[in-house]
Amino acid sequence: MSKQSEVSLLRRPAVAGSQKSEVRIFLIVLFLCSMLFALCPDTYALDSNRKILPNGLTVLYSEKHNIPIVMVTMIIKASPLDEPQEKAGLATLVAGLLDEGTKNRKSSEISGEIEFIGASLGSSAGSDYTTVTLSVLKKDMEKGFELFSDIALNPVFPQEELDRTRERIKGALKQREEDPSFLAGRAFDKEVFGEHPYGRLTEGSAETLSAITREDLIQFHSKYFIPNNAILSIAGDLTSGELDSLMKKYLASWKAAVVPEKKINPMPEEKTKKVVKIEKDVTQANVILGHLGVSRDNPDYYAISVMNYILGGGGFSSRLMQKIRDEMGLAYDVHSFFVPNKERGVFQAGVQTKNESANTAIGEILRQMEKIREEKVSDQELADAKAYLTGSFPRRLDTSRKIADFLASVEFYNLGKDYVEKYPSYINAVTKEDVLRVAQKYLDPENFVLVVVANQKKAGLKY
Amino acid sequence: MKNLVFLLAFILIIPLSANADTTKEYNLDNGLKVLVVEDHKAALAIFQIWYRVGSRNEPMGKSGISHLLEHMMFKGTPKYGSKAFSKIVQKNGGVDNGFTTKDYTMYYQSLASDRIAISIELEADRMKNLIIDPKEVLAERSVVMEERRMRYDDDPQNSLHEEVMAAAYKSHPYHWPVIGWMSDIASIERNDLYSHYMAYYSPDNAVIVVSGDIKADEIIQKIKAAFGKIPAVTDRRPVTSREDEQKGERRVSLKREAELPYVIGAYHTPSFPDRDSYALEVLGAVLSGGKSSRVYKTIVHEKKLALSAYADYSGLSKDPYLFMFGATAAPGKDIRDVENSLYEEIEKIKKEPPAENEVQKAKNQIEAAFIMGQDSIYFQAELAGIFEMIGGWKLKEQYLEGIRKVTPGDVSRVAKKYLIEDNRTVGVLIPTKPEESK
Repeated sequence: MSKQSEVSLLRRPAVAGSQKSEVRIFLIVLFLCSMLFALCPDTYALDSNRKILPNGLTVLYSEKHNIPIVMVTMIIKASPLDEPQEKAGLATLVAGLLDEGTKNRKSSEISGEIEFIGASLGSSAGSDYTTVTLSVLKKDMEKGFELFSDIALNPVFPQEELDRTRERIKGALKQREEDPSFLAGRAFDKEVFGEHPYGRLTEGSAETLSAITREDLIQFHSKYFIPNNAILSIAGDLTSGELDSLMKKYLASWKAAVVPEKKINPMPEEKTKKVVKIEKDVTQANVILGHLGVSRDNPDYYAISVMNYILGGGGFSSRLMQKIRDEMGLAYDVHSFFVPNKERGVFQAGVQTKNESANTAIGEILRQMEKIREEKVSDQELADAKAYLTGSFPRRLDTSRKIADFLASVEFYNLGKDYVEKYPSYINAVTKEDVLRVAQKYLDPENFVLVVVANQKKAGLKY
Repeated sequence: MKNLVFLLAFILIIPLSANADTTKEYNLDNGLKVLVVEDHKAALAIFQIWYRVGSRNEPMGKSGISHLLEHMMFKGTPKYGSKAFSKIVQKNGGVDNGFTTKDYTMYYQSLASDRIAISIELEADRMKNLIIDPKEVLAERSVVMEERRMRYDDDPQNSLHEEVMAAAYKSHPYHWPVIGWMSDIASIERNDLYSHYMAYYSPDNAVIVVSGDIKADEIIQKIKAAFGKIPAVTDRRPVTSREDEQKGERRVSLKREAELPYVIGAYHTPSFPDRDSYALEVLGAVLSGGKSSRVYKTIVHEKKLALSAYADYSGLSKDPYLFMFGATAAPGKDIRDVENSLYEEIEKIKKEPPAENEVQKAKNQIEAAFIMGQDSIYFQAELAGIFEMIGGWKLKEQYLEGIRKVTPGDVSRVAKKYLIEDNRTVGVLIPTKPEESK
C-alpha cells in the first residue's frame, strides 16, 4: 500500500516495458526473463486436469495441499478486440464494474463481505481477454466462490457506479500523463497499430469513455460473459469432489449462447520509418524504438525468445544491458521485448537516459539490432540463453496463484496440454542459424517507429 | 448476516496458527547467523544474504553510498570478474537481484535446489574479495544517477515523498533518500565505497536465509565451509542519531509540472515490536484496507474528492518510522478538501472506536495476507529476514499474536496518541503548467 519505491531500490528494474495489461505482462515475462520470476528443467511436469462442463465452460484444475489457500482465475474471451472504436474502454469498464453491484448485492456489500474474509476479487481487461480472479483461504472457499460467481455472472452495472468509475478512469488517465514512459508507450502503440484495437489504451480515452452507456455494458456482458466463451482455472487446496460441488452449485445454471464473431480493424501493412517527438520538461529522455512483431501462434516464437534474450531480454546477460548500462553507463534500464498477442503484437526496445545521451543510446540500440542480424550469435550466448529459458521455467509455477494464471493462459493461447513438458524441447531445438534467421525476419533497423519523450532542445535528436 | 459472518470468522481463525514454524537457526563462530526454512513442495530454493547496512548508516554528505555499493557488489572479485555474478546465476536457470533500504541491504538468488551451492560460493567470495575498480565506479555512478532521474527527478509524486521525509526527519538519517541526493552520489569515490564495504560487509553483520527444497543439515555444512573463515569486524560505529519529539506541524510544498495535486502526511510512530505497533497496523487497515475501508469509501467513493487515497503504517523499521497517508485529488477538486477529509476520518476514529466487526475484518485481512504469502518460498525467507533485521526472526510469531489481541479501543487510543497535528508533516504537490516552449 505504501509507495515502495522510496524505501527499496532494486539494482535491476523489476518490471520492464509496457504495463498495458496483465496479459502483456505475462507474455513479456515469457520473453523478457529479466524479471524476478520467469520460466524449466528438462523434466518438468505440472499435475493438472481439464474438463468441459455441459454448458461449455472449460475447467482446469491443479490440486495442491501445502498451504490452505485456493486461487481462481477465469478468462473471458472479451477484450478491446470486441469493442467498437468509438466506445473504446468498454471492456475495461465492464471488468471494472463487475464488483460494483449484482442482482444479489450492492457494491458495498460485495467489498464488505469479501474483505471480511481477507480474500480478494480482481477483474481487468487486457489486450486479448478479460480476467476475473479470486484469492481466498481454504476455510472461506465456499463464501469466496459464491461472491466470485456472483460478480462474474450477475453484475447489474448501476448507472451511479458507472458514472463514478468512468470519472475515476478519466482522472487516472490524466494523472498518468505525468509519467513520461506512459506518454511514450501510448504514442508508440498508436503509431505501430494505427486503427487496430492494440493501438489504443485498453482504458480508452476521455472521449470514448463518455460515449459508453449502461446499455452498452449490459449488452457486452450478456454477449461475451458466457460459459462457452470462458476458461476457469483453479489451483490450491481443494479436492476434485469439492470442485465439482462448487461447479454444480454456482455455475451449472450459467447458460451457453452463440459466441459473436469478431470484427477487427486491420493493422497497417506498409513499412515506413516514423519519428515522434514529445516535448516534456524532464531530465531523462524516454525512448521506445520498434515495430510490429509476431502473434503467439507464430512457429518462430521459441527462436524469437532465444534471439531476444540475447539482444535485450536477458537482463544483465543481454547485449543491450552490457553495452548501454555496464560499459557506457548511460542508463539504469535498457531492454527489448516482443509482445506475442493473439494477433500480431510489437517488438520494442526501450531506454531512459539523460536528455543529452538520447542520440548515443538510440544509435547503440540500432547497432545491436543490426549486429544480431548480420552475425551469428556465439555458441556460449546460445547455450546460456537456452539454459536460462529452460532452467527458470519451474519458477513460473511455484505458487498456486501462478499455476492458476498459467493454466488459463496456456488454454487461451492453445499451447497444448503437454506445454510444460514440451517447452524445454522447443527451446533446445533452436540453432544459431534459427536465431540469425528470425533476427533478419523480425527485426527491422530501417523501418521502425521511434518515440522520444524528452526536453527536445537538450536531446537534439538527429533522427 | 453480518453477525453470522463475524461469528464464523472467529471460530475459523484458530486453526490458522497451525502454520507451525520450521525455521532453524545456526550461528557460526565468526558471528554469521543462518536461518533455514525447509519447504519441499517444489525443487526450488531461495538464498538471501542480508547485511545490516542501509541509508541509516551513511555519513552526512555521502547519502546513497550503501545503494551504490550494492551496485558495485556485482562488479567483480579477482576470482569472478565484473558482471560474472548474474551471468553465472542466469546460465544456471536462476535469477538474482539485490536491493537497498534505509535499514538493510539484501541480495538473493532463486535457483533449482540442487544448484544452491552456486549462491554459497559466489556470496562468500564477494563478502570478502570485492575489487571496486575505480573505472567501474565511474560507470556505475552514472547508472545510479540515471536511476535517480527516472525514479525521482521525473516523477512528481516521488519527489514530494522525498520532500516530506526530509522535513519529517531533521537529525536522523531517515532524512535522506536511500538513493541519495544527486550531489552526494556524484561525490562518492572508490575509497569511500571501500571503507563502507570494509566496515559493514562482514559475517557478524550479516544474516543468511535459505528456504525451499533443501536439507538444513547439509546446507549449514556448506555455508560453514565457505563463510567460516571470513573474519569478523568489530569496530563498527553504531548509529547514534535520534529524532527528537516533533512539536508543531511542518508543511512543505512542491511546485512541479504535474497533472493533479497530491498530498502526503506523515506522523512519527514507534516501530514494531512496540506494544502500540499492532494497533497502528490495524488502524492502517481499518482506514484503508480495500474498498470497504473508511478512506476509500468516503473520500474516493462517496465524496469523489480523490482518485486514490491510502493510509499506511510502516512498522517494520529499525528506528521509529511513520504512519503515512496520501491522496491524489480528483480533477477539479481542491487538495485542501482532500486533506481535510482525511483528517475527518482520523478524528472519527479518535472520537469513537471502530465497530467490532470492522476491526475483525482488518485483522482477518492481515492474517490472510500472511498465510497466502507462505505459498512463496521467497516470501517465507524475506519475512524471516525482515524480522531478523529489526530485532529477531522469532518476532514474526509475536506479530500475528499481537494483531489478534487488538481491540477497537486500542485502535482509537493509538489514533489519539500519534495522529495529532503537532506530530505531523504534510507535503502538497502543486501542479504547474509546462513552459511555453513547445
